[in-house]
Amino acid sequence: MTATMIEVQNVSRAFDMLRAVDDVSLSVGEGEIVGIIGTNGSGKTTLLNLITGYLQPTSGRIVFQGTDITGLGPRRITALGMARSFQTPQLYTGLTVLDNVLIAIAAHSGRGADFWMPMYRRDCLSEADELLARFGLRDQATATVSNLPEGGRKVLDVALSVVLEPKILLMDEPTSGVSARDKFSVMDTLMPALKERRVTTIFVEHDLEIMERYAERGVAFDGGKIIADGPVTDVLARLQVRRAVLGED
Amino acid sequence: MSETAIRPSLPLAAIAAFAVIAVLPLFLSDWIVFLIALALAKGAVVLGVVLLLRGGLISFGHALYFAIGAYTVGFLANRFGIGEALVALPLAIIISALVAATLGLLLTRFRGIYFAMLSLALSMILYTVLIKFYDLTGGTDGLSVRGFALAGVTPTHPALVQYYLVLVLTVAVVYVGARFLASPLGYLMQAVRYNEIRIEYLGASASRAILASYVVSGAISGLGGALVAYLIGHVSPELAFWVSSGDFVFVAVLGGTGSVLAPFVGSIAFEFVKNYALKFSPHTWKLTLGVFLLLVIYFQPQGLWTLLTRLRAKPR
Amino acid sequence: MNILPIILIDGITFASWLFLVSAGITFIFGVLRILNVAHGSLYAIGAYLGATFILQFAGQEQHGWVTLLLLLLAATVVGLTLGPLIERLFLRRVYGEDEVIGLLTTFALFLILEDVVRLIWGIEPYLVEGPFRLFGRVRIAGIAFAGYPFLLTIVAIVAGLLLWFVIYHTSFGRQVTCVINDREMAGALGINVPRIDLMAFALGTFLAALGGAFTAPMMSVEPGMGVSVIVLAFAVVGIGGLGSIGGAALGCIIVGIARAAAVQLFPEIELFVIYALMVAVLLWRPQGLFGAIELRKI
Repeated sequence: MTATMIEVQNVSRAFDMLRAVDDVSLSVGEGEIVGIIGTNGSGKTTLLNLITGYLQPTSGRIVFQGTDITGLGPRRITALGMARSFQTPQLYTGLTVLDNVLIAIAAHSGRGADFWMPMYRRDCLSEADELLARFGLRDQATATVSNLPEGGRKVLDVALSVVLEPKILLMDEPTSGVSARDKFSVMDTLMPALKERRVTTIFVEHDLEIMERYAERGVAFDGGKIIADGPVTDVLARLQVRRAVLGED
Repeated sequence: MSETAIRPSLPLAAIAAFAVIAVLPLFLSDWIVFLIALALAKGAVVLGVVLLLRGGLISFGHALYFAIGAYTVGFLANRFGIGEALVALPLAIIISALVAATLGLLLTRFRGIYFAMLSLALSMILYTVLIKFYDLTGGTDGLSVRGFALAGVTPTHPALVQYYLVLVLTVAVVYVGARFLASPLGYLMQAVRYNEIRIEYLGASASRAILASYVVSGAISGLGGALVAYLIGHVSPELAFWVSSGDFVFVAVLGGTGSVLAPFVGSIAFEFVKNYALKFSPHTWKLTLGVFLLLVIYFQPQGLWTLLTRLRAKPR
Repeated sequence: MNILPIILIDGITFASWLFLVSAGITFIFGVLRILNVAHGSLYAIGAYLGATFILQFAGQEQHGWVTLLLLLLAATVVGLTLGPLIERLFLRRVYGEDEVIGLLTTFALFLILEDVVRLIWGIEPYLVEGPFRLFGRVRIAGIAFAGYPFLLTIVAIVAGLLLWFVIYHTSFGRQVTCVINDREMAGALGINVPRIDLMAFALGTFLAALGGAFTAPMMSVEPGMGVSVIVLAFAVVGIGGLGSIGGAALGCIIVGIARAAAVQLFPEIELFVIYALMVAVLLWRPQGLFGAIELRKI
């Protein structure tokens, strides 16, 4: 029986009249790899934002490794061991790729408040170099992020979240905007590494192929509610899911 | 472009420049020596503004710390008869830092326009206090600063001693500034400008980074003000007026946020041009400043300093 | 002597004086998202032009109601010429940039205009007391007040009402509201945003110049008059919330009454009270009383 990582208990989030997330309960165990699928507006990103503290639920509780994190902000939740990547990459657009990574490394090693020692240190640089190589961004290390193509920015966004060596990683559409050629190479590098380190992974996706290939468990969202939850191939085969997500009949 | 060119070690050119500045009094008139010292002291305040500007925060109220530092020296000299710089300068720094730490707790909740307006309001509060409380502050007359002494010695040529004191302290401030800008905190300040959400999701605190920068900024601005008080020999409420803050902002923007040296070079250029322009045509000085600032904003928003350094860099 | 009527009336007249300039600043910010540091200079130019018109056309005695028309004319001229000129030539280039860039641009304009005023009108003060004398003195609650400031109050109220009417009951006003709420969307809906920008800035300029012109008879028109008014206007706008004209009005009244009370009761803190109020309000509500908070979408 694996330990529970994240427990979402009857969480709802309303925006005026719209219930973006409607009384959702979900339990994810340690080491699980969960893919969340659903159309735009089905509530998947909102759920991610709720779990990671960007939004507060209008009702319900969220528990992370036994700690009630409902109402906590992103900084505290990140300190507890959660990391996330974003649908719209959140990067320091005016700085270089390398600087983005170095800042993340400094923050993770607790040196974010250091104002005396230089950030450009040999050990940090080699760590950054290794990370960039892993994500295929080494050649763009000195490029300014605003000059990076969408796909590169997406990958960098994911890379920054991985720097934090989290216990649980949540990714919001990690491959959207990434070219077809790079989609799989990025996921092929990332996912096995996460599995090897037993990082619990929850990712939101549009792409059924990515879901099927990399997720073990599938959760389908529609209209703010979970309509299916189980082994990913089963979930994707369900007619109800295909109808909701693909509009098939 | 991120300002990765900051390294803790001073480039050779800067060392050469300081060496030249150090021997200048041998060749130049007292007035010019005074102007250089004044410009360098004010340069520290400009650096203070630059530290915040890197984070996308524009302080239109840095005259506050400038005045706090100056009036610390003023009170000590005028009301307590203490002209000893080794007492007054550290006190000016400490008081400025404490005030910055307190006000920073309020100010770091704000960004953009509100940060600018609030910083302006806080400096104007000091200004009104300085004007109204005549018995304490000398009101609009201000306080005269006499009896400058260094390490117990009252120099026969105070202007010269002050010049070298300013020079030494400028080197110190530049060193501290360079280390700060190259540190993780310095880079985090740049990050604040671009994406605070990502900072929070790295587990770091944008507010704390800004507060730290604000305190360092306030401290060096206070030092600058204290030095100016000795140089001019007088303190008055104008030091806290928002137009005074505007001057610092002007030089900061013109010099850009890319280098620790830009504020000082810019400040020297500013003082000299101002000195001669005012003599030549008193009613076109501000006009010229304004036009210059517009040109920088429209064509070179990173400041003139990057223009100069770019011109010197080899093409790739 | 009963100080309450003094505080109230002094406060209201001060508020009226400040309202015209503040309303202009906050309105311009709402539409263009630029905080206009040069607004004080526009106020000053309104005053100078008003004084010039009166001295030129109303003769030595500066008699009659025509002086008031001349003041209004001066403000209109400034609004219709300087406003569009500044917007087109200088501000248009910085829309969409960081708000701080807009602030610096208008700060540069302020520097330029300060000298332009001195170059055109010199540094000697102008005195145009004709309109002031027109209104004599008024007795309220047994105390004699100068009559002219009440005119200023009327002008401010009329301007405020007209502004309210224009925004809520004209097609221009509806379009402006659209642009204030969402610039991009407004453009997509077919609104001529550049034209709205121009007209909005011209209107804001007119308000500032109006404030200046009608202030001219109350004090000597001299260089630097714009400098002091601008910080007061910032305080008011900070209190009321950027972009909210109602907030500016409320801010003016609060500041006016507080200052008047201070003048009567604790004269040393007269100026201090205004900025202290701003700090206090922002401590409690960081966006001002009626300002809007923005949440970033991820």
